[in-house]
Amino acid sequence: MLHIVACIKQVPDTKIIKMNPKTNTMDRASAPAILNPYDAHAVEEAVRLKQRYGGVVSVVTMGPPPAVKAIRKCIEIGADAGYLVTDRAFAGADTLATSYAITKAIEKIAEEHPVDLVICGKMTIDGDTGQVGPGVARRLDIPPLTNVKKVVEVNKEQGYAIVHRKLEDGHEVVQSTLPCLFSVEKEINEVPYSPLPNMLRAARYNPVVWSVNDLGDIDRTLLGLKGSPTIVAKVWPPEKPKGGEMLEGTATEQVERLMDILREKQGLFRVKEGQS
Amino acid sequence: MAEKFDVIVVGAGPAGTACAYTLAKAGVSVLLMERGEYPGSKNVMGGVLYRKTMEDIIPGFYKEAPVERPIVEQRFMMLDKESALNFSYKGMEWAQEPYNNFTVLRAKFDQWFADKAVQEGALLLNETVALSCIVEDGKVVGIKTDRPDGDVYADVVVLADGVNSLLAKSLGFHKEFRPDEVALAVMEVLKLDRKIIEDRFNLEGDHGCTIEIFGDSTKGILGTAWLYTNKDSLNIGVGTMLSGLIKHKLKPYELLDYVKNHPMIRPYIQGCEQQEYLAHLIPEGGYRSMPKVVGNGVIVVGDAAQLVNAIHREGSNMAMASGVMAAETIMQAREANDFSEKMLMPYRDSLLNSFVGQDLKKYKDATHHFEKFPQYFEQYIPLMNKAASQMFTVDGSSKWNKQKKIWSDLGSAKDKWKMARDLMNAWRVMK
Amino acid sequence: MNLEEYRGIWVYLEARDGQIAPVSLELLGAGRQMADKRGVPLAGLLIGDGVEELAQTAFPYGADQVYVYDQRIFADYRTESYMRAVIECVEKHKPEIILYGATTTGKDLASAVATDLQTGLTADTTMLDVNAETGLLEASRPAFGGNIMATILCKKHRPQMATVRPKVMKALEADQTRTGEVIKESIKLAEEDIRTKVLKIVRETREKVRLDEADVIVAGGKGLGSKEGFQLIHRFAESIGATVGASRDAVEAGWVDHAHQVGQTGVTVTPKIYFAIGISGAIQHLVGMRNSGLIIAINKDPNALIFQACHYGIVGDAFEIVPLLMKAFQKEPDREVTYG
Ligand SMILES: Cc1cc2nc3c(=O)[nH]c(=O)nc-3n(C[C@H](O)[C@H](O)[C@H](O)COP(=O)(O)OP(=O)(O)OC[C@H]3O[C@@H](n4cnc5c(N)ncnc54)[C@H](O)[C@@H]3O)c2cc1C
Ligand SMILES: Cc1cc2nc3c(=O)[nH]c(=O)nc-3n(C[C@H](O)[C@H](O)[C@H](O)COP(=O)(O)OP(=O)(O)OC[C@H]3O[C@@H](n4cnc5c(N)ncnc54)[C@H](O)[C@@H]3O)c2cc1C
Ligand SMILES: Nc1ncnc2c1ncn2[C@@H]1O[C@H](COP(=O)(O)O)[C@@H](O)[C@H]1O
Repeated sequence: MLHIVACIKQVPDTKIIKMNPKTNTMDRASAPAILNPYDAHAVEEAVRLKQRYGGVVSVVTMGPPPAVKAIRKCIEIGADAGYLVTDRAFAGADTLATSYAITKAIEKIAEEHPVDLVICGKMTIDGDTGQVGPGVARRLDIPPLTNVKKVVEVNKEQGYAIVHRKLEDGHEVVQSTLPCLFSVEKEINEVPYSPLPNMLRAARYNPVVWSVNDLGDIDRTLLGLKGSPTIVAKVWPPEKPKGGEMLEGTATEQVERLMDILREKQGLFRVKEGQS
Repeated sequence: MAEKFDVIVVGAGPAGTACAYTLAKAGVSVLLMERGEYPGSKNVMGGVLYRKTMEDIIPGFYKEAPVERPIVEQRFMMLDKESALNFSYKGMEWAQEPYNNFTVLRAKFDQWFADKAVQEGALLLNETVALSCIVEDGKVVGIKTDRPDGDVYADVVVLADGVNSLLAKSLGFHKEFRPDEVALAVMEVLKLDRKIIEDRFNLEGDHGCTIEIFGDSTKGILGTAWLYTNKDSLNIGVGTMLSGLIKHKLKPYELLDYVKNHPMIRPYIQGCEQQEYLAHLIPEGGYRSMPKVVGNGVIVVGDAAQLVNAIHREGSNMAMASGVMAAETIMQAREANDFSEKMLMPYRDSLLNSFVGQDLKKYKDATHHFEKFPQYFEQYIPLMNKAASQMFTVDGSSKWNKQKKIWSDLGSAKDKWKMARDLMNAWRVMK
Repeated sequence: MNLEEYRGIWVYLEARDGQIAPVSLELLGAGRQMADKRGVPLAGLLIGDGVEELAQTAFPYGADQVYVYDQRIFADYRTESYMRAVIECVEKHKPEIILYGATTTGKDLASAVATDLQTGLTADTTMLDVNAETGLLEASRPAFGGNIMATILCKKHRPQMATVRPKVMKALEADQTRTGEVIKESIKLAEEDIRTKVLKIVRETREKVRLDEADVIVAGGKGLGSKEGFQLIHRFAESIGATVGASRDAVEAGWVDHAHQVGQTGVTVTPKIYFAIGISGAIQHLVGMRNSGLIIAINKDPNALIFQACHYGIVGDAFEIVPLLMKAFQKEPDREVTYG
């Protein structure tokens, strides 16, 4: 029986956030919150491993109370249990402080049921760093395996896992002891359309909710803004490029003008006589 | 093993949610099924929510619901090509509790309302499409969804799936709409700074106003355009009978572009940024188009039952009222543990006896009348504009002369008779 | 923590296939500027098996020193072993800043090191600067998923760390007369201490998309409307011998493989000519292509941001303009297009 914990996060759907080009502000309010797409793959992979080897999938998230919705989404995918750690004290956490809070939660989950494997998404679409996964692994003192695109084997009896890690020009096959942490690429699986019974279970599901006090022995100076070595010093609109020359005229005229320009830019581009 | 609920409600719009809320509150196990990502995600409405019906369901709802602005002024605009005749009512009694109406954005409001139903114990299922009713022995016993292992059962199924209800159609309750039974509406949500909105529309603080626009806004096709104020956005839209669009070979968004660029409207929306573009059908067949609304184990509510008052652009309130009436009927049927068509029929009776049925009857000929006689929109509004222009232009000619001129502009004696007759007819269908 | 004790700027030199990864040389360029501003040395940190020779490549690109861990145990990259070396070296020599390429390895290593050192790490930085007096690293990156840049500081912890994507910074012109000091380090580390093993490395033979090396890129976005529509990009690219690029939205729509994605979460490219067709010009896309030699944008919307980032813009429908362009290119059939 494997016990797999997937780390998930609720994020604003950045594809829907629209920027106001004049003021350069974001309209965040209008963006619905969704389960971080990479994390859906993490949960799906956990569920597949559960189906393959038998076991239990728990999901954990640190976030505000509405993150319950993201947990329900994971139940739809097939997770068995969800844990929400939520507290004012976590606010303003950077990746280091985030990994601390998540680690504390996983340790608490493990008290009841030892954890064999932790799975994270490759990155979040809002934080967009990919640093939390390896951070959690380091804090739990288990090997981090990032960029996992295929799980070959998880062998609890003999205490190892074998995965493919994606590299720039291929992949490597890596073996690690268990427990360990994977952060997974999107290509690792496809998240199927959830069956109705899962949907009904998810709609009814209420996760375990923990605050800082529930996490027991915790160093508060390592949490939230206080525990974050990095700060966002300023936010500014990117330098507006000056803009190029707009080609005028009909479509044909524009294209002709462009061809002239391309020919002029001798250094860049040439049309040379062919052989024949 | 497929699950069974007491009631399945298909569609988490105002009708379905009102029904689910009422049932759940009474302790009935109810599954509220919605195909959108969340309730309201795809729902469209010009944006006026009538307080009364909603308040019957959740007293004092406006204190916590995401309403945009209480409406303190209703303006009407009779539009010609380059002019408009306006009148309005503004009343401060509408600016305080219990208010009259509110503007709302459905994406927010529906979600809130559905959450309320969930708090009462309804089970909300998003992103799930009801494909068909499961019928056994001539009785609807459940819903087949698009999900794997997707069947789910109930004593009663409530179809609140909106205009063009595929489920009611598949049960043979109604046929495909005729183009003269539905209006096609397109609208945009335009973002605008709230301070600018308040200045531009002469509003104090949170107050809101609605502008209904007739005449040139639809290029003479039967329909209306509207411009409503939200907190920090405007709703602008135009709705016309499908048949009119077809006849005039117009695309709805062309019409909306025309409205947005109209010199009488342009200034209101200057500097706005388009946030959303939406299109939707409105069932405007009225009383005569009302389908069968009750069957064995099934009830149809809201737009799915064609419950819209096109003349007063009421729909959501009728939808909610019908949802509540359906819930009440179902609760009675539960006492007898009999969900046959006969046991559910009281729903239809209460519907017809309520303001919903009464209003639908009152205006049963209106849409068809205006559709049949385009002169109301094509001729009379321009005439009114011209008259006003002549009357108010100070050019040295006496008011007597002006009146004479206006009178003669109305055409020959025959034309005048015709106009008088038209006005009488209009009065008759509307009274 | 006494911040004063930390001095010097480091670049993690990623050794790959017997070479220093280009991104590491680019970072030496950025590091050199900051080191000069601060008046501190610029060092490389090189870890591997049989890599000592490579240290020499770093000097022409700006390094003053290179710390080298050349040990058998470092034959394969493994987070646990490499991390130990970095941490030991940091504890010994106390640099104020460490830069890593935002490659698979660089990101993995930096994340682990930052956690153990309990310091700040800024991911996928696109701009770097340092305060000459305080030594505070100003690492900027697009943030919050929107068109906004954020400058991130790490005030009270050292070393300050950042990862930077390939091709974002510019390597210095190699100065072969420059030399530097190789400082040999070693760490006591037994194979049993390491919990992972690389069993096999598989180079994918499947045709690689070498966007970062392309001279001409024809990139398409969501404006192509569909997978079929995107074929226009393939046809145009093929007809002029260009490589196909894409915006993330086109990739996510499934019209084209992720390997073609240009931008913050794709590849950073610097071709001589970049055609952006039906691409709106979101900052995450722009950061990936704005250093191209000549940017030509084709978009229906005259207000599209891409027109502010291009050299020449055509307002028009891709399905009208591109076929005309293809025709223009083909006009003289026995001529051949070359770039360079
Ligand atoms: C442009 C426009 C302006 C309007 N302006 C006003 C106004 O100002 N004031 C007013 O009171 N009324 C207005 N109306 C009318 C009002 O919007 C409708 O009458 C009201 O929304 C009807 O509610 P309903 O619950 O019956 O249907 P809907 O609100 O349409 O809800 C139906 C729900 O069912 C879901 N659904 C549909 N099929 C399925 C399926 N197969 N499976 C699962 N879920 C399904 C839909 O996603 C939707 O959430 C307007 C309508 C339009 C189009
Ligand atoms: C964390 C994060 C990382 C990201 N990383 C990347 C990244 O690496 N790369 C990337 O590209 N994006 C990235 N994005 C996404 C980015 O913000 C934009 O959403 C994306 O670049 C938009 O793609 P697009 O321009 O193809 O689509 P759109 O923004 O939808 O633009 C389509 C354009 O096509 C035009 N058009 C439509 N029809 C036609 C026609 N027939 N002819 C000509 N023009 C037409 C339209 O006017 C429009 O300007 C990232 C976002 C986030 C939040
Ligand atoms: N607040 C959080 N709660 C739980 N898991 C998280 C949280 N933030 C990040 N993660 C996990 O860490 C991965 C990388 O996130 P990031 O470093 O933010 O890109 C995500 O895909 C999640 O699996």
